[in-house]
Amino acid sequence: MNLREIKEVLQAEVLCGENSLDVEIQFAGGSDLMSDVLAFGKPGILLLTGLTNSQSVRTASIIDASGIVYVRGKKPDEDGKKLAKEMGIPLLSTQYMMFEACGILYNKGIPGVSKLRE
Amino acid sequence: MMESEYGLSEKFTIKGGDFSRAGAISTKVKKILQELGIPPQIITRTAISSYEAEMNMVMYAKEATLTLNLTPEAIHIKINDKGPGIEDISLAMKEGFSTATPKMREMGFGAGMGLPNIKKNADKFELSSVLGEGTTYNIYLYLDGNK
Repeated sequence: MNLREIKEVLQAEVLCGENSLDVEIQFAGGSDLMSDVLAFGKPGILLLTGLTNSQSVRTASIIDASGIVYVRGKKPDEDGKKLAKEMGIPLLSTQYMMFEACGILYNKGIPGVSKLRE
Repeated sequence: MMESEYGLSEKFTIKGGDFSRAGAISTKVKKILQELGIPPQIITRTAISSYEAEMNMVMYAKEATLTLNLTPEAIHIKINDKGPGIEDISLAMKEGFSTATPKMREMGFGAGMGLPNIKKNADKFELSSVLGEGTTYNIYLYLDGNK
């Protein structure tokens, strides 16, 4: 499933990275706690979060995430958006709550990080 | 940047309390390692360790220096801060132990995961501290890939 399809199923708005929507998403994870993302995230992850400050983007960049979906209708602050543009990280925003957004993607066949472990 | 046949050494300054720039140094460190062609898994582990340490500096220290040293054998990140110091290092290393303020938690950090995350990602992690003076981190990642 690519980001464009994810945008459709989550009825999400693209905040930046309109040109990167063809990227294939292999797995995803959801957390508002960036230390957890750093501990359990893997390169390529699609990050679902409700944390809107620039640390969400910084964390995604450090672990080479494929993109960020902000849940509960949230949007990143200006610093975060600017940083995402610099780093080339696509940002989406969905009205769905965290649990619902994760459930929808999981139901569509996007696994979580633990499925990637041997 | 100093470059020689032995590798590279670059020093950065981190300002305590500057949340808007938090993570910028670790992004630079990551970029330097990418340009040098270090294997991606080692870069990710280095970037995570460096970022967690940098967040600690921003959250707790007055100021700090981060020095990236690269030899043919290892990546070494040394951090010296001027700050409150850590009272009980073995307690601070425990997952979930935290002295974070609500402001720190708002940033998505401060859940007592930082130091354990560094230990998990580094090949060797040394932490020492003098209460009321500051803390020193030595983080090593070996380039032969044997963690």
